[in-house]
Amino acid sequence: MRSLLALLLAGLLAAAAPARAATEITFYYPIAVGGPLTKVIDGLARDFEKEHPGIKVNPIYAGNYDDARIKALAALKAGQPAQISVLYSIDLYELLEQDVILPWDDIAATADDRAWLKAFYPSLMMNGIYKGKVYGIPFQRSTIVLYWNKDAFKEAGLDPEKAPANWKEMAQMAAKLVKKDASGNVARWGVMVPSTGYPYWMFQAFARQNGHDLMNPEGNRTNYAHADVIAALQYWRDLGAKHKVMPEGTVEWGTLRQQFTEGKTAMMWHTTGNLTAVKSTAKFPFGVAMLPASKQRGSPTGGGNFYLFKKTTPEERKASLAFVKWMTTPERAADWSIATGYVAVRPEAYETAKLKEYAAGFPQAVVARDQFKYATAELSTFQTGRVRKLLDDAIQASLTGQKTPAAALKEAQAEAERLLKPYR
Amino acid sequence: MKHVYGWLLLTPAAILLVGFTHYPAAATLFDSLFSSGTVVRPSRFVGLGNYAALADDPIFWQVLGNNLWFALGTIPTSMAIAMLMALWVNDRLPARALVRMAYFTPTVLPMIAVANLWLFFYTPQIGLLDQIGAMFGMASHNWLGDPNTVLACTMAMVVWKEAGFFMIFYLAALQSLAPELEEAAKMEGASRWYFFRRVTFPLLMPTTLFVLVNATINSFKLVDHLFILTKGGPDNASSLLLYYIYQVAFSFFDSAYASTLTVVLLALLAGLAVVQFQLIERRVHYR
Repeated sequence: MRSLLALLLAGLLAAAAPARAATEITFYYPIAVGGPLTKVIDGLARDFEKEHPGIKVNPIYAGNYDDARIKALAALKAGQPAQISVLYSIDLYELLEQDVILPWDDIAATADDRAWLKAFYPSLMMNGIYKGKVYGIPFQRSTIVLYWNKDAFKEAGLDPEKAPANWKEMAQMAAKLVKKDASGNVARWGVMVPSTGYPYWMFQAFARQNGHDLMNPEGNRTNYAHADVIAALQYWRDLGAKHKVMPEGTVEWGTLRQQFTEGKTAMMWHTTGNLTAVKSTAKFPFGVAMLPASKQRGSPTGGGNFYLFKKTTPEERKASLAFVKWMTTPERAADWSIATGYVAVRPEAYETAKLKEYAAGFPQAVVARDQFKYATAELSTFQTGRVRKLLDDAIQASLTGQKTPAAALKEAQAEAERLLKPYR
Repeated sequence: MKHVYGWLLLTPAAILLVGFTHYPAAATLFDSLFSSGTVVRPSRFVGLGNYAALADDPIFWQVLGNNLWFALGTIPTSMAIAMLMALWVNDRLPARALVRMAYFTPTVLPMIAVANLWLFFYTPQIGLLDQIGAMFGMASHNWLGDPNTVLACTMAMVVWKEAGFFMIFYLAALQSLAPELEEAAKMEGASRWYFFRRVTFPLLMPTTLFVLVNATINSFKLVDHLFILTKGGPDNASSLLLYYIYQVAFSFFDSAYASTLTVVLLALLAGLAVVQFQLIERRVHYR
């Protein structure tokens, strides 16, 4: 009798074992279903499963960053599985406040795991670290660079291989690059910096170049009204209002790339994410350079990080760690950078043969990497949506001449103080 | 027994109506009395606190003002154009079907596609508007980047999109008018303008009321274009109430304040509908 029972138990255990072996990870990824990148991600997931037979990865394509965050949070609330997600790097404080994410340090058990946490560019980690713990692993990241039209430079008598190195040079060169038609209307502007969509992001570059970050690492203080920050906004406004090298009012983010490739502006500041598109549509030779300096060079980073959700079993956490580590190996980071135009997130990736070869043929691709040593975190605080919009509105109000930079930024700072006080 | 039978017939519709219309409305009202909660700071009862915050919110007043201008700018224009177009294509003219279709085309396009199209009309220098202007030697204008023109630009686009839709209703109404009326008027020697003013226009009143109610609702409901064109900017100059609600709910994660704004929007629309039906219905001749 007893042996029969033992046999039965053994059978049950054997039956249960394979069920336990397959750990499933549901992975929310911010891209529209059917987009070209879904194939890349699907392929990566299948390759990972082949190398790790015990783990199954289900990518869920969830639209843009906002949609993905809303869907992942809704899934967690409803008790649906969601172990990891690529979400906006600046969602960190929101996710912390919702208490849904875990630091990767907590599951990084081996020395190898801990070394991996330090393998990325430090400037890409700024948006992912809170109180010394790593919550966001950089994956698809971008930064702002200056694109310039070499033909226009030649035409204006400038050295076509030399981009402006500082603010003064940029204003002077832009003045030479402005071209007017017979009736005195501008046919080509000197420079354009987009001020719709993500004005705060562009402004972070100006502020950083003038020596300042716009928030503290704890995400509970902003620095909108410092004299140097006000001076930075004044310079941006002056490009249009005083130097007349940029259109007055706001410059549309969505159409700027076309304006550049149509030759309507000789220089533009834009995300590295546009590099591939500019490369394929521009009919003239173009250069990519680091943004000009005032007191120093500077640009914020942007893009998406891997987050690990709290509602996970130890096995799922282990499997998630294995997957994210696998996704960010130097080889894969290099492939991903070439396929998408995002920057490779760790230095070793640029040492791989394929990225070296790619960069040799297309040197514009490594400018973003070189700029990393001057880069800073993207604006992100508690109450981040509101705090960010205060700055967006202040920037647009001064670029359109409705308020002075000082008045607009001081108002925004006062309101941000009110919002952030409870978080100190 | 008859009652039970009647109620049973009503039940499916009633469940849907309660589940998807009345319950959400009531829940929104309820939510507007609480603060937004996170796991760290749970939601608590704040009474009318959210409404007090709303009264102090300059952006709310700005977007409400924008929305009223938007309504004033789009409703009469699109209705007048719709009526004109309907009168025009109701006549016998060559290629009538083609003209009707041309007028109706903007309606079948999704708003997002329309906005993407118009984004390139308004783009300084390379945009259609500036290229036409350049032919007459006009300077390029930053249409969407200037707070003084941005709202008018979005209004022009919405009129373009809406007028064709309203035209269909007017066209249907015109075709149901008895031809004897026109013959009689002709025999009496009435001018075309007199006939329109005293016969056609009054007979179109039921359609006008219907279109007016729809146009009013649409002027508060149509915000898709803002996602593409301006994101409400510059500095909220083109933002509308519903878009602001979206921002508060999904960018600021302040569901309580978003509920408060929604209650205000609902009250506003309900109020407008009541006024429209009460005042105007008296002047409408139904046959």
